[in-house]
Amino acid sequence: MRLTRRDALAVLAGLGVTGGAVSLTRFDPPTAESTDERGDSSGEDGADGDDAPPTAVRETMVAAGEVVFPSAAEGVSEFVETYVVGRARDDARRDAMVDAATELDDVARDWEGAAFADLPAGDRDRLLRELGVDTADPVQDGTLSERLRFHVVNELLYAFYASPTGGRLVGIENPIGHPGGTESYRRATMDAPGELPDSGGEHDG
Amino acid sequence: MDRSPVSDADVCVVGAGPAGGIVAHRLAESGASVVVLEAGPRFDGDRREQLEQHIRPGLGGPWEMGGPRDAFSSSGDSFYPLNAARVKGVGGSTLHWQGMVMRLHERDFELDSRHGVGADWPIGYDDLRPYYAAAERELGVAGAADNPYAPPREEPHPLPAFRPSHSDSIFAAACERLGIDMHSVGNARNSEPYDGRSSCVGYGTCKPVCPSGAKYTAESHVEKAEAAGARVIDRARVRRLDHDETGERVVAAAYTTPDGETHRQEATQFVLACGGVENVRLLLLSDSDRYPDGLANSSGAVGRYFMDHLFAGAGGRLDRPTRQNHVGFNTSECHQFYDDAEPVNGLKLEFLNYAGPSPVIDALHADTWGDDLRDQLDESYGTHISMGALVEQLPREDNYVGLDRATTDDLGDPVPEIHWSVDEQTEAALSRANGIQTRVLDELGIEDRWTVGPDETGPAYHHMGTTRMGDDPDESVVDAECRAHDLDNLWISGSSVFPTGGAMNPTLTIAALSVRLAESLRAALG
Ligand SMILES: Cc1cc2nc3c(=O)[nH]c(=O)nc-3n(C[C@H](O)[C@H](O)[C@H](O)COP(=O)(O)OP(=O)(O)OC[C@H]3O[C@@H](n4cnc5c(N)ncnc54)[C@H](O)[C@@H]3O)c2cc1C
Ligand code: SF4
Repeated sequence: MRLTRRDALAVLAGLGVTGGAVSLTRFDPPTAESTDERGDSSGEDGADGDDAPPTAVRETMVAAGEVVFPSAAEGVSEFVETYVVGRARDDARRDAMVDAATELDDVARDWEGAAFADLPAGDRDRLLRELGVDTADPVQDGTLSERLRFHVVNELLYAFYASPTGGRLVGIENPIGHPGGTESYRRATMDAPGELPDSGGEHDG
Repeated sequence: MDRSPVSDADVCVVGAGPAGGIVAHRLAESGASVVVLEAGPRFDGDRREQLEQHIRPGLGGPWEMGGPRDAFSSSGDSFYPLNAARVKGVGGSTLHWQGMVMRLHERDFELDSRHGVGADWPIGYDDLRPYYAAAERELGVAGAADNPYAPPREEPHPLPAFRPSHSDSIFAAACERLGIDMHSVGNARNSEPYDGRSSCVGYGTCKPVCPSGAKYTAESHVEKAEAAGARVIDRARVRRLDHDETGERVVAAAYTTPDGETHRQEATQFVLACGGVENVRLLLLSDSDRYPDGLANSSGAVGRYFMDHLFAGAGGRLDRPTRQNHVGFNTSECHQFYDDAEPVNGLKLEFLNYAGPSPVIDALHADTWGDDLRDQLDESYGTHISMGALVEQLPREDNYVGLDRATTDDLGDPVPEIHWSVDEQTEAALSRANGIQTRVLDELGIEDRWTVGPDETGPAYHHMGTTRMGDDPDESVVDAECRAHDLDNLWISGSSVFPTGGAMNPTLTIAALSVRLAESLRAALG
């Protein structure tokens, strides 16, 4: 399944991060559709804007995404870049994410003699596990493994599984955190938009 | 912010949850000068931050509960997790609540006369009926007239009911075969735009936070009260109510602000709306020579008869998609067994739309990633189904809220003590709920299932009964208008005045009583 920029923008909109000057108020909630429209014009600006994390950090995050996302995911690079750039609109998050990704890269260079992004996927996976990131608690200002869990791994897992496409991969097209409307809960399957039960009349078996 | 008192206040409301917010709004609108003192902060800004706090581990709770300000003690046989059961802030516990709203039944008001248990209310369903309709408009209730067990109503709900979920339809077939009737749930949640708030967009995180504003919170009444001229002072913890020499009137509320200053707010009338636990604490902290056992406590009933609703549940897994966790609320219930007398405790059944784990939350807690994680989520999500139930607990004198004088909060005030136990009769009702749930799950063919019954039950976070309403001043704290028997100008708003709690979520009744209280108080102001 292919992740898109639109997926990343949908997750960002769910988090209240929207492009450019568009401000979404509490009473004007985003939808996947409105997000797409708004994001298309503004997301590009963001990618080139001053607050975008350095290229090396974006590459490190993409490389981590390729490891923590399931192998069925395609379009990881565009998805992660869009998400990371959008997330960086929050200064505190941006700095912490940049620091964590940079530290991860430093460890890769020390231990493996190569940038994290240049390591084969299997080595990236092993490195993260050797650092204990898989079992670490996510703590914003904790130990290195705790910070990597919070600012790198959980940031990416959140982006993936709260997005409609990532959710769909495990059976839910409108995951918690995604404002995907009030139709999906009535459908019998992900793929049958026409099948809406009327008054509980469907029979089991 | 200036947190000094207001001069010439007609009404001082303590607490900015629905019970205080509705009274403040109604009175301010009628031209009274109103001041609201609220212990917690205003949670301004974007609710999507709180959404993330809820979903992502490592960010802390969304409503800042549980610090030294909120210390408490739990005694009794059952632990009472008080800080999971309330929020302090403008909006009160409705910031966190689920938003299921329904009217009590006629029997709830006359349990003693009908069944010789509990207590009668001094008012009946008919007295409250027009106020229930007003409360439904205030909260913006989405509902339908498809519940054959609901008490009579003349007018439709202000908003159409949410349509049944896919998993409701799975239950519907089994329930039909068993003769169990399903019907819609009243939801204080916009199914269409209402009252300046958007309709539900399916974030799925209603409890503890709705980022779209579709779920009602009492912030809307507080904001409307302010628009009508009320002054709201947040982070103002009332620590004592002082009375005059006769002991018949409250003269001031003493409150402390974050800078450590203590002020006195004077007013003609006082409304206590701090929720079922803190209402008691404040009365007990306000003891005096005239009221050595606590303000307004000549009856000795302040703090007694603490009740909550108990949870019973059962669930399991099916061999097909159940489509859980798209929305964070339920669309179907069953009130068929509510009025039965064996056992007499009321019970209502819920069909959950949030059974089992959510993949995103599971992913963030997992010990792995990549394809391993995907396999894990494939296995954990998709086929859970479950039912809940709320069960009534009858009022018992030995379930109480008191003060733990040995433990103090950060201002040095004794903390509330919750002394709570679940009696055998309530346990029997929980077993009965489990029995019905088991029949439904059997009918669905679910063999491997879990049950939450009498041994594992917990409270539904509905604090009731601790300043009960009644005609007899020797046995109750407030009269039928929610005015203290002991003090002319002290009113109590909220579920602490319920003599019995039924098994329906309490907040619609709190809102109805608040509208009614505001009317009586308006008349008292002249
Ligand atoms: C998790 C959860 C789910 C719930 N779900 C439902 C539901 O689905 N349906 C339903 O009907 N009900 C539900 N409830 C219960 C509902 O939230 C309460 O019934 C309702 O909020 C009570 O209203 P209140 O105004 O009396 O008290 P609260 O909402 O508790 O407000 C009291 C306010 O008083 C303030 N206060 C306390 N002490 C002081 C003091 N000394 N000085 C100044 N201010 C003070 C507090 O800070 C608070 O803001 C739920 C509650 C919880 C916690
Ligand atoms: S599902 Fe709940 S949280 Fe989401 S918009 Fe609707 S009411 Fe709000």
